[in-house]
Amino acid sequence: MLDSGFRLKGSVVTTFLLEIQTFSFEEIVSQLQEKIAQVPQFFSQAPIIIDVSKMESLLSLKELEALVLSVNRLGLSVIGWRCHAEKIPEWHADVMVPLLPASKTRQIAISEAAALESRVAKADPDVVIKTVVEERLVSPQTKVITKPIRSGQQVYAEGDLVVLTQVSAGAEVLADGNIHVYGALRGRALAGVKGDINARIFCQSMEAELVSIAGNFMLSDALQDIVWKEGAQVLLVDDNLTVEPL
Amino acid sequence: MALAKIIVVTSGKGGVGKTTSSAAIGTGIALKGHKTVIIDFDVGLRNLDLIMGCERRVVYDFVNVINKEASLSQALIKDKRTKNLFILPASQTRDKEALTEEGVQAVLEELAKDFDYIICDSPAGIERGAQMALYFADVAIVVTNPEVSSVRDSDRILGILQSKSKRAEQGKEPIEEHLLLTRYHPKRVELGEMLSVSDVEDILAIPLLGVIPESEAVLKASNQGTPVILDTESEAGMAYMDAVDRMMGEERPLRFLEVEQKGFFKRLLGG
Ligand SMILES: Nc1ncnc2c1ncn2[C@@H]1O[C@H](COP(=O)(O)OP(=O)(O)OP(=O)(O)O)[C@@H](O)[C@H]1O
Ligand SMILES: [Mg+2]
Repeated sequence: MLDSGFRLKGSVVTTFLLEIQTFSFEEIVSQLQEKIAQVPQFFSQAPIIIDVSKMESLLSLKELEALVLSVNRLGLSVIGWRCHAEKIPEWHADVMVPLLPASKTRQIAISEAAALESRVAKADPDVVIKTVVEERLVSPQTKVITKPIRSGQQVYAEGDLVVLTQVSAGAEVLADGNIHVYGALRGRALAGVKGDINARIFCQSMEAELVSIAGNFMLSDALQDIVWKEGAQVLLVDDNLTVEPL
Repeated sequence: MALAKIIVVTSGKGGVGKTTSSAAIGTGIALKGHKTVIIDFDVGLRNLDLIMGCERRVVYDFVNVINKEASLSQALIKDKRTKNLFILPASQTRDKEALTEEGVQAVLEELAKDFDYIICDSPAGIERGAQMALYFADVAIVVTNPEVSSVRDSDRILGILQSKSKRAEQGKEPIEEHLLLTRYHPKRVELGEMLSVSDVEDILAIPLLGVIPESEAVLKASNQGTPVILDTESEAGMAYMDAVDRMMGEERPLRFLEVEQKGFFKRLLGG
């Protein structure tokens, strides 16, 4: 149904989640700064949610607001915060960004997203607003590139990226999801650029200048000592970037 | 009325042999009986007329025609040696900004009515002059030397052919790409100082049109103002003719890729 002048739709936005275990303002800001400096373009203006639900004791309104401001100043864009459903503070409505429903495990979240999607189709406005802030639930379409990606070119996919030939030296491929290269990977490949630590890179021949999963990267010097000019996959194992022959 | 095929000879990197190749291939195609024009897009430098030996006959140039200061028939130079062959020289006094898209298009359209082949000799780089030379192309000959920086620049040009040409912008069938490996030095390849044919093919992943060996005949020919393809005794001349034959759909095995072995008699005579 088309309303006059606008259309109300459900939309899924991929966001970063800043999950805080123990609150140390300086430490959080400086560590975040370091992460951003590694791959600044992926964090620029990226939406982020501050999640304090794992904290033992809740932080104060002042502390939370200071954190929001600092994170915004680092170039990210705080779109909301979360806390434990049973520990919602009285001042929750005073925070400059909205309180979002508590996080659920991914699997539950996905089935709920599907349910939400079907309800969105019936245009229930309450549900629409909820959907907008759900975190990385649905993987968008796979992008397939059939031609070589040449030096100086950059290709980005919101879901998985499949390159049927090669990625030349001096070219860059980026994906929120996985990257598959059915040829030589000679340029830079960055998977999980929005923070998906389960993303992987697969290639027929590893000759990359740089590979990165969720901001954890490795350069060709190091790669050459592990797997070189043969099939390889790159993944994160307990936060460590790992390269394995295929 | 012919509908000309537009061929750009391009490379990204400078000094790899674009003008030498434009002159040789343009002459070779004309020798096959096709009416051919070679256009010098290197506005400001002007080189093609020297290699073709017609520098003293330049009155008007490409930019004059674009600016409607001269007609095409006034600016075109008919080659004295080869039938069916014409040269449209570049201006030495203008800069590349003179090459407007509308201007270039108008000249190419007019040429297309009369000619079978239009060869565009691109300047080096990836700036305006080079982009104008490749924008309207149907076919690209990517001239590459067997060394890393040249291969990298060729890769870059291939990306531009795929994204910034008219065919790409209009979503038409992409430009047909051919690799021409020039200044190939078998001895230096053997010593590992240069990339081999298969190294370059592997990196660029486009079909190979030909391999032109490094040859003194090229320098000699350009000093004499004769395209090297007319030196039918020279390896470079023969290799260019092979490439033209392949363009015309004939099969020609690659030659001159091996280090020359001194023959038995030569050794015997101490030659
Ligand atoms: N096969 C070859 N053997 C030996 N010398 C060669 C060969 N091909 C080209 N050269 C030499 O290399 C130099 C550059 O050639 P040429 O002018 O054709 O290159 P270009 O790519 O047109 O250069 P520019 O980028 O300046 O336009 C010339 O001196 C030419 O004689
Ligand atoms: Mg030149």
